[in-house]
Amino acid sequence: MIFLNINNLNVSIEGKKILNDFNITINEGEVHAIMGPNGCGKSTLANVLAGNEDYEVNSGKVIFKDENLLDLNIEERAQKGLFLAFQYPVEIPGVNITPFLQASINSKLKNHQKPELDNLSFAKLLRKNAEELGISSDMLKRSINTGFSGGEKKRYEILQMSILNPELSIFDETDSGLDVDALRIVTEGINKFKDPKKSFLIITHYQKLLDYIHPDYVHVMRDGQIVKSGDISLATEIEASGYKNF
Amino acid sequence: MDTETSQTLDKFAQDKYKYGFVTNIDSDRPKKGLDEEIIKFISQKKNEPNWMLTWRLDSYKKWLKMSDPKWANIQFPKIDYQDIYYYSAPKGFEKKPKDLSEVDPKLIETYNKLGIPLEEQKVLAGVAVDAVFDSVSVATTYKGELEKLGIVFCSISEAIQSHPELVKKYLGSVIPPGDHSFSALNSAVFTDGSFVYIPENVKCPMELSTYFRINAEETGQFERTLIIADKGSYVSYLEGCTAPQRDTNQLHAANVELIALENAEIKYSTVQNWYPGDEDGKGGIYNFVTKRGLCKGKNSKISWTQVETGSAVTWKYPSCILKGDNSIGEFYSVAITNNFQQADTGTKMTHIGKNTRSKIISKGISLGHSQNTYRGNVSFLRKAHKARNYTQCDSLLVGNKCGAHTIPYIDSKNNSAIIEHEASTSKINEDQLYYCRQRGLSHEEAVSLIVNGFCKQVLQELPMEFAVEAQKLVSISLEGSVG
Repeated sequence: MIFLNINNLNVSIEGKKILNDFNITINEGEVHAIMGPNGCGKSTLANVLAGNEDYEVNSGKVIFKDENLLDLNIEERAQKGLFLAFQYPVEIPGVNITPFLQASINSKLKNHQKPELDNLSFAKLLRKNAEELGISSDMLKRSINTGFSGGEKKRYEILQMSILNPELSIFDETDSGLDVDALRIVTEGINKFKDPKKSFLIITHYQKLLDYIHPDYVHVMRDGQIVKSGDISLATEIEASGYKNF
Repeated sequence: MDTETSQTLDKFAQDKYKYGFVTNIDSDRPKKGLDEEIIKFISQKKNEPNWMLTWRLDSYKKWLKMSDPKWANIQFPKIDYQDIYYYSAPKGFEKKPKDLSEVDPKLIETYNKLGIPLEEQKVLAGVAVDAVFDSVSVATTYKGELEKLGIVFCSISEAIQSHPELVKKYLGSVIPPGDHSFSALNSAVFTDGSFVYIPENVKCPMELSTYFRINAEETGQFERTLIIADKGSYVSYLEGCTAPQRDTNQLHAANVELIALENAEIKYSTVQNWYPGDEDGKGGIYNFVTKRGLCKGKNSKISWTQVETGSAVTWKYPSCILKGDNSIGEFYSVAITNNFQQADTGTKMTHIGKNTRSKIISKGISLGHSQNTYRGNVSFLRKAHKARNYTQCDSLLVGNKCGAHTIPYIDSKNNSAIIEHEASTSKINEDQLYYCRQRGLSHEEAVSLIVNGFCKQVLQELPMEFAVEAQKLVSISLEGSVG
């Protein structure tokens, strides 16, 4: 099975080219990190994969689990097992996580022709996963992301990931706006979730996040392309001398 | 806006009404049109005492001299009052049936279809229902149980016979017949509605509910509801309404009066789902309703909660007159308009007593080509020392052909009054939709979720049994759900 293969992807927004013949292959169970300076197209990549309709795909191919990803809309991609942890999770006043996430998981189960979760089994699952991530039951009663601190929002994203159980999780600058403690909690959550069937694409500006997550591959991105690939030592190099050498 | 959003919006805009069926039942109707003869006919049908007929005829004379209010932000052709049937009863209702075995099974079936089973054992636990079909009350459930507590819950026609002293004392005391043309019209021709009396210090143990249904064609429904909560009592009351789908407009002009005496509390909730007309704006109910509550005694409280999703035209301002010192008035409203619906709705809070407090939470959602107006009037009279009002009006626009308007009037004659007003208008947020869809929800589910979240502050005020229903109704008003 081809897990994820992006082949010569060209993407623009309002006529401005952002991704430029972009290529990457991610296999099952691998953790990839993409690093790059501001404006190199990292976040665009994350949003194009999720199906954000603000971007225009000019050419190229994306295969995800043997299927042409670009043929699917946002929710179909999500139901197929693609999860995006947002850089800035949006507030949804008045909407509680419980019915929201129950509807989400059930749409996925339905898509996979599996029985849906009833209220009770979902509530149990949510409580168990929240406890593991140190999320209080009080926090579960609030509206989604509403009035949350940066750290709380990111933890909420991890909670959602742990429930939805995606095969490919994309983290869009999850470390932005987090202090060291919050970063530790969030990365612990990600690490707990790792297994040989799951793959990760971690987009970040700094090396710090990678100290906790230990990617298998590190890629450096510039001007809408990967310019160098390697292992964690690449991240160390960037931390020491910045992006000017790439 | 992306194409998918506009597709979903189109789908929403073609929202289907699922209560649009007609019950084929013979009805007993006098000729069309309004004159003294018709009023006498109605009064006679109901075997009313003379004072009631006189009251009706006086109201009619007032109505003749009045014209319909023109200040609302709604447009509709002039109503031809001579082209309406003022009375329609399923055949065989000369006398109210004693129990359900005497009711035409077709009627019972109608209410079952609407999800309002009248057979007592099936009735939603803890909810007593009075069902009004066209002009007459069909059945009141749980009556016996309520009687033990001294609670009177019956049709207004019955109350005129059984409790004339209460009706005489309170009918028209909050909404005088001459208040405006619709109140005069209603006072002249009202046919049925509910009557509630809660005795001193009794907390009504169940929700009381009335279900209104217009069935016959070209029929107006003029119901009259009167609720009296005596000292220290409490009652929660819910009203629901539907009508068949027809391409002609039908008139509904109800009057609802609430009276709360010292330390009493009345909670009045409405889920209004009259037929709104089709996607081109043809047909639908004209809903001209006057609802007013009087906090007569000290420390009394009246709370209005409404979920308005139906009607072609809505003209409705549930109000509170805060006369008793320390009395409280509340208004929670969700109004959803779609297609060519027009709603001009809001409230009036009149602060008369000391330390009176009022709270207004209004959520307007406009879709399609609809127009949705919040109109509020908060006034503080000279003696309303240290009275307070808090108003919050939020409008949500879905699509770009609809309109939302907020028209608050504030008038204070007392310097110590405190008034807060917050208002917001927003469009449905694409980032929120993206977020929900990334979690696997369809576009439609996402919109429904966000709108329900937007209304939550109001929906949570509804009695528990109905909050879920209302939430569904909100979703249905957005979705293209059939049946």
